Amino acid sequence: MKNMISMRDLSKKDILHLMEIAAKIEDGEIVPDLKGRLAALLFFEPSTRTMFSFDTAVKRMNGSTIIMSGTKNTSSKKGETFADTLQTIAQYSDIIIMRTPVEGAARYASEIVNIPVVNAGDGANQHPTQALLDLYSIMKTQGTLEGLKVGLAGDLRFGRTVHSLAQALSLFGVQFKFISPSFLQMPEYIKDDLEARKIKFTELDDIEGNIDDLDILYVTRIQKERFADPEDYENLKGSYILKKSMLDNVKTNFKVMHPLPRVDEINTDVDDTKYAYYFPQAKNGVFTRQALIAILLGEV
Amino acid sequence: MNEIKQIKVNAIKNGTVIDHIKAGTGLKVINILKLKQSDVIMLGINLKSNKIGKKDILKIENRELTHDEVNIIALIAPNATLTIINNYEVTQKQSLMMPKIIKELIVCPNPKCITNLESITSRFELTEEKTGTIRCGYCEKKYQVDDVSIKI
Ligand SMILES: [Zn+2]
Repeated sequence: MKNMISMRDLSKKDILHLMEIAAKIEDGEIVPDLKGRLAALLFFEPSTRTMFSFDTAVKRMNGSTIIMSGTKNTSSKKGETFADTLQTIAQYSDIIIMRTPVEGAARYASEIVNIPVVNAGDGANQHPTQALLDLYSIMKTQGTLEGLKVGLAGDLRFGRTVHSLAQALSLFGVQFKFISPSFLQMPEYIKDDLEARKIKFTELDDIEGNIDDLDILYVTRIQKERFADPEDYENLKGSYILKKSMLDNVKTNFKVMHPLPRVDEINTDVDDTKYAYYFPQAKNGVFTRQALIAILLGEV
Repeated sequence: MNEIKQIKVNAIKNGTVIDHIKAGTGLKVINILKLKQSDVIMLGINLKSNKIGKKDILKIENRELTHDEVNIIALIAPNATLTIINNYEVTQKQSLMMPKIIKELIVCPNPKCITNLESITSRFELTEEKTGTIRCGYCEKKYQVDDVSIKI
């Protein structure tokens, strides 16, 4: 593995290797040492949460970071080109971790610099470390990724996270329930990919009554702005809010996940049940990113 | 029908014949080749074909196609047959296959794609030959060949 640009580049074997290293880092069995190594965190589009997670991952392994955050455009007409910016930063650092609104920018970066590049989100395209930490969280709570029943709920049409996750899980023979309003359903191209892999899925429009046979329910936010008529949103949103009262008959191993930040799609009364897993999930992001960076820098 | 075609092909002394072009695509091919007013061209549209039902056929005198031109034609008219005539003889004949990797020729329709914001050579991968589905090597969006604009 030279870079981490897209989940599409990863085989089942790559994923499992990464999960294994993440677990060993979490258990303290492996302690990668990045002393003297420098990671450049280039956030052309701000994302405090993701940036902190990467920053923490590097620093937990004694590495250091330089951070650039907030420049709106990757290419500035007046100043230096995106390519030149990257080439320059590649002279200072050992790994580039970048987030941008420009789709394909991380792939391009990986083609022009000779140090590893990690895609921390490129527009609506990919955010592979989110998918990896989701997989790690599922693995950790279920002991396996094989043959699980996973529900994905909320905005399945525009949600980059659920697309990557569905594609990654399809390598492991998972069965899906897609729970969303009809106009926010999983896009055809994702469903085509799943069908090509003979993955079973059903499409539903209500969380309640549809989660008792699930191992994982992954909830995402439905943005009000997606609705042309605000009244439609008010009428529909109740069907996509998870409440404690819906958890009476779920499986004992059942876990609720969410990429955070949450607004109101998971009622806070779920937080203190044993099924809530969204905060540990965020913590898993650090282990997963540690594993990834250590692998890319050849430290494990 | 066959006889007529035969006569037409034989009528060329030197040049290129592109046969079995998907019906209705012949004019597009002419566009791409940027044929000059002085060029001698014959275009047959909606001819009967045993192989593909209906087809277009294009003959161009005194012209051999560049590698790039062949690639573009392979994109918009996959399965066309390319014949090069030299002094009334067929010197080369090949069936065009859609390339697996398409570099530079296609403009990515995604306005947020890096290839539209920086000067980068675009790269597409053919993901499904039957439907002509391609995926951008950068933004990873999928498109149909028929829906994208081709750099000419
Ligand atoms: Zn693109």
